[in-house]
Order: sequence, then structure tokens, then C-alpha cells
Amino acid sequence: MDSTKNRKIVNLLLGGVIGIIAALLVYYGNPGNMGFCLACFFRDITGALGLHSADPVKYIRPEIIGFVLGAFISANIAGEFKSRGGSAPVSRFLLGFTSMIGALVFLGCSLRLFLRLGGGDLNAVVGLLGFIAGIAIGVYFLKNGFSLGRAYEQPKASGYFMPAFMLMLLILLIAKPDFIGFSEEGPGSMHAPIIMSLAAGLIVGAIFQRRRLCTVGAFRDIFIIKDYGLFMGVLGIFLGSLLMNLILGQFQLGFADQPVAHSNHIANFMGMLLFGFSSVLMGGCPIRQTVLAGQGDNDAAITIIGLILGAAFAHNFGLASSPEGPTSAGMIALVICLVINVIIAVSSKRRIS
Amino acid sequence: MKTIDTRGLSCPEPIMLTQEATLSNEDSLEILVDTVVSKENVERFLVNAGYKTEVLDENDYYKLIANK
Repeated sequence: MDSTKNRKIVNLLLGGVIGIIAALLVYYGNPGNMGFCLACFFRDITGALGLHSADPVKYIRPEIIGFVLGAFISANIAGEFKSRGGSAPVSRFLLGFTSMIGALVFLGCSLRLFLRLGGGDLNAVVGLLGFIAGIAIGVYFLKNGFSLGRAYEQPKASGYFMPAFMLMLLILLIAKPDFIGFSEEGPGSMHAPIIMSLAAGLIVGAIFQRRRLCTVGAFRDIFIIKDYGLFMGVLGIFLGSLLMNLILGQFQLGFADQPVAHSNHIANFMGMLLFGFSSVLMGGCPIRQTVLAGQGDNDAAITIIGLILGAAFAHNFGLASSPEGPTSAGMIALVICLVINVIIAVSSKRRIS
Repeated sequence: MKTIDTRGLSCPEPIMLTQEATLSNEDSLEILVDTVVSKENVERFLVNAGYKTEVLDENDYYKLIANK
């Protein structure tokens, strides 16, 4: 076991590496402040598979493939791969879904939130406040006995589902068959070279797996046990991306004209509030879920399917925001999703003697 | 000796249940966890809370014995 101090320093440094890699991916072609974004990237994959019809956001993002396979490889080396699941799958699916709606109203998951901050996007400060508020709401329910119940060991093959799905996506990305959609313009058309994105994903997936990093856990652990270990990782991500963006001339401070972002403060605050709330209830942010799915967690895999279906709904029914701002349908969906979260939060109680 | 079975629970429940037990001034605790991550988290928490902690590998789960 790391000493507490060592753990903080290592997390800060490796978080910094993640932030630097993210800024480099933007430099080599990814959309602005979008070195990594679980919401945007799963959304792009959803579009590439034809599950939504928004042409500007279709691409099989190799970073996601890398996250899962990087976590899969590193968990296997460490002997930590374990097929487990069966803890409230439908609730987890719904929480994945609602977190995606929140993220697409804000325009980014919590990982991109910190990358946007590192790029000087002040709209992300509003998002951060909402994110922390959402985490606080989730922690309130946790402290009052919220639990999705126990997971149990599952047949070993079930843990290979998500890594196998990612291998299939990798083949489709390389073969580019006609039935897979690739954007010709818009964010989906902007990407770093495949090999670079894949390598970045593998490295970052392995770091997240080894260091157990989680953007939601960062604040949750401060609230619950005053532990700053995960927070140091997130701080590192912010500082690394800030430093590299300054070096590469990608830093632009302000609210207006930020890449793939809007300045509707209510939508930014509420979108991330919903996202943070969902993420605490499902036990970790989407990148943590992605990493867990790579190490055999069936429940995390279900959560990701919720994220994917959430993205499909968001773009098929005009719920996702655009740089012009949120849609009224999106704001209505946000309220419905909050209600769903509250129902799950009050109805799922710990049953432990 | 109070036993807390946190096997199968998601983060951060194993830590929260452990925290609850330490706050009730139990001097001797036995905590069951079933993932390496929970084992590390609970062990770190117990050591920081001033418990002497021993980890036993029980094949498909871990048993943490903590004494003040």
C-alpha cells in the first residue's frame, strides 16, 4: 500500500501526464479542449454505428478503445481482472443514460470539464460548480443509506464482453465498411491520427486502472472521508493540460467563442449537476466505468450501454446542446432525468445487518 | 469483534461502512472486501484512523482484521 503522501504525489504527476497527452491530441487534430471526453466520444461511436443521425458527430474514437483495452491489459497483468455484476443493472443503465443527457447539455463529461478549464474556458467554471453541487446531492443520499446492492461473481466470459466489443470497433475503424458513419465535417471529422489516439487511450486507460482515478471520486472522497488522493489526480489533469495548452498556444481565456461549448450558465450548471449526481449514484464517473468494464465489471458495462443509448436519444430527439446553446427539449429532458435520479436515490436502500 | 461484510458493494460503500464502525468506537473490527481496490481503500482508511491492520487473503475475498 502506498503511503498517503506518495499516493498524492504519484497521482498528481500521472494526472499531469494525462493532461499533457490530452492537449497534444488537440494539437494533432482532436476538437478544441477535447483531448478526451467520454460523453463526446461515446456519442461519436453511437453515431458511427448508426444509432443516431447527427452527421457532424460520427467517428469510432480510438481513445475509447484504448481506455478499455489499456485497463484490460493492466488489470490482467496485476491479477485484478474479475467478472462480477448483478447489482441493480436497470438502475445502473438508467444512471448511465441520465449522466449522458447531463453531459450533452453541458457539452462534455467531467474529464473534459477539467480539460476545458485547462484550455481557459470559463464556462467550465460554471460547470464545475454544478458538478460539485451534483456530487454533494449524491453524497447526501449515500450518507442516508443509498446503495445499489451487492455484485456477485459472474461467468468469466461475461467480463470479456466490453473488451471484445472494443476489438470489434477497432476492426470496423480500420476496415471502414460502408455501414459505419464517419463525419466529413464538424467535431466528428476532427481527430488525431488513429495510432496516436489509440496509444494515448491505452496509456491513459492503464494509468486510470492502476491509480484508480475517478473525477467524481475526487470530490466524493473529500466530502466523505477528507481524502485528497483522487483529487490530486484530477488537479494534475488540469495543471498538465493548462501547461501544455500554454506551450502549444491553445490557451484562450474567456466565456465567448470557446470550442464545442456554449455560455448558457443555467444549462452548464444544471447539466453538470445532473451528471455529478448520476455519477455518484453509479459509483464513479464514465471514465471510471469504462475502466471497470475493461476489468470484467458487468455492471459498468451495462452503465456504458446506458451512456450509448443516452447519446442516441440526445441526438435523435434534439436534446444535446450546440455551440449556440441548449435546446428547450434538452432542458425538459434534464428535469425528467433529475426526477429519475431522485426516484432511484430514494428507492435504493442498503440492506445490511 | 464487529464484522462488516462489504463484499460486492460499489465504491465508496465499503469505506463508508468501515467509517461508521470506527465512529462507534469499536476497538476491534473484521471487514470483508472482495476487490483489490476496496482492500486498498479500506486498509488505507483504517491505518489513517489509527488501527493496526492485518490483511488475510481468503481466496475469493480479503479479510481485514483491525485493532486499536
